[in-house]
Amino acid sequence: MENFSLILAIVVVTALAFDFTNGFHDTANAMATTISTGALKPKVAVAMSATLNLVGAFLSVEVANTISKGLVDETGIRPEVIFAALVGAILWNLLTWLVGLPSSSSHALMGGLIGATIASAGTGAVHGDALVTKVLLPAIAAPLVAGLAAMFATRFSYSISKNADGEATRKGYRAGQIASAGLVSLAHGTNDAQKTMGIITLALIAGGVIAPDSNPPTWVILSAGLAIALGTYIGGWRIIRTMGKGLTDLQPQQGFAAQTSAATAILASSHLGFSLSTTHVVSGSVMGAGLGRKGGAVRWSTATRMVVAWALTLPAAALVAALAESVTDLGDWGTAVVAVLLVAASVAIWRISRREVVDHSNVNDVEQPTGVVTAAIAAVTPPPAGTVTEELTATIPAPAPAPASDSAPAV
Amino acid sequence: MKIDWAAIGSVFGVSLVATVALVAVFTLGVAGLSRRERAAAQGNSAALAVTGAYVCFAACAAAVAYGIYLIMAKA
Repeated sequence: MENFSLILAIVVVTALAFDFTNGFHDTANAMATTISTGALKPKVAVAMSATLNLVGAFLSVEVANTISKGLVDETGIRPEVIFAALVGAILWNLLTWLVGLPSSSSHALMGGLIGATIASAGTGAVHGDALVTKVLLPAIAAPLVAGLAAMFATRFSYSISKNADGEATRKGYRAGQIASAGLVSLAHGTNDAQKTMGIITLALIAGGVIAPDSNPPTWVILSAGLAIALGTYIGGWRIIRTMGKGLTDLQPQQGFAAQTSAATAILASSHLGFSLSTTHVVSGSVMGAGLGRKGGAVRWSTATRMVVAWALTLPAAALVAALAESVTDLGDWGTAVVAVLLVAASVAIWRISRREVVDHSNVNDVEQPTGVVTAAIAAVTPPPAGTVTEELTATIPAPAPAPASDSAPAV
Repeated sequence: MKIDWAAIGSVFGVSLVATVALVAVFTLGVAGLSRRERAAAQGNSAALAVTGAYVCFAACAAAVAYGIYLIMAKA
């Protein structure tokens, strides 16, 4: 760790910032149904999920070791490319959080890597096959698998015990939901915290700090685990609201079926070597559980918005990353410009979010702030790069620290 | 392009079967406990239902343990 160059330090900090956004973006996956059905108090739920994410981060380094392999050519990848990829991923995560839409953090990261690699090494460096088999197919399969499982499970569960009321029933489903949500959190920690570890390790290898084929150093594991846990604890309340209340109305019995289906699908897929995005799985299972109950309904408008966000995730993150990469290519000052832009855009997004605060106190309120959502969607639809520059001019004097750089001291 | 249909299929099958089975078993367990609740309210006992419920919950706990084992054994 002697010759730790500035760019490497920036990459590490940015990777941890991404990890942080990953955490609060994905709190909803584990805890949205638990919170919306009242199985756990919001604050307790996020604390539990954060702890399990942290524990999960230490369980194995296998995912970290395989990260990014296969999708792009790792040879000759420079720290700047990784930095640009992270910029794209972070901005997309923040934008989707602002509009309260669950989207896959892994897709954002992969999109960022693809975009930055194309800008740096041309389209030849991206494996189209891998794109289809690792990104597109799972994105379609995940909600279907989890959704169907949750739907049948819900239907079956209701046919076994029709009117579920009484103290024992309430307690039972509460415990069941907590257990399955815990499993999802744990699995999320092992998968997603390790993606960041993998990225940081990749950057360290690219920067020549550690030897190729090394395992992630301990400080990387520790800081990545802490960043994702902190993000989880802060809680992406906007996304939790969409997932827990916006898609459908869940009763405890359905919440349990949804969460169990999600946990099973995530574990089965990662064990059988066909990785599914946690976000897609959980969204699918929530909708499935909604359809499984008689009289249950899915709000298709919300679902449609969500699917649009999924489709945009990869190209949008790729586009931003490609732009960022072409700017960092201009030299060290270019990298600095991108860093400043990232901080400015993050501050801007955070400021916009303060206009309509969603937190643990109002996360279960059903009314949707449609004004904000439609306005923000409108801002998302054109290439996000345009909004970034506009935001820059608007907010560059802002002295406030960016939320995205909260994890900086962890270096 | 090589699409691994076998992997997709097995993920599909395993998820579906495991989820439905788990939820069903758990629902039975909960139903057993609520039968005890009702029985207790009438002054009866429901030993069989309660035993069944605990067997169901034990099966679910085993499934959770297996899940944790899968998460840890990824190395």
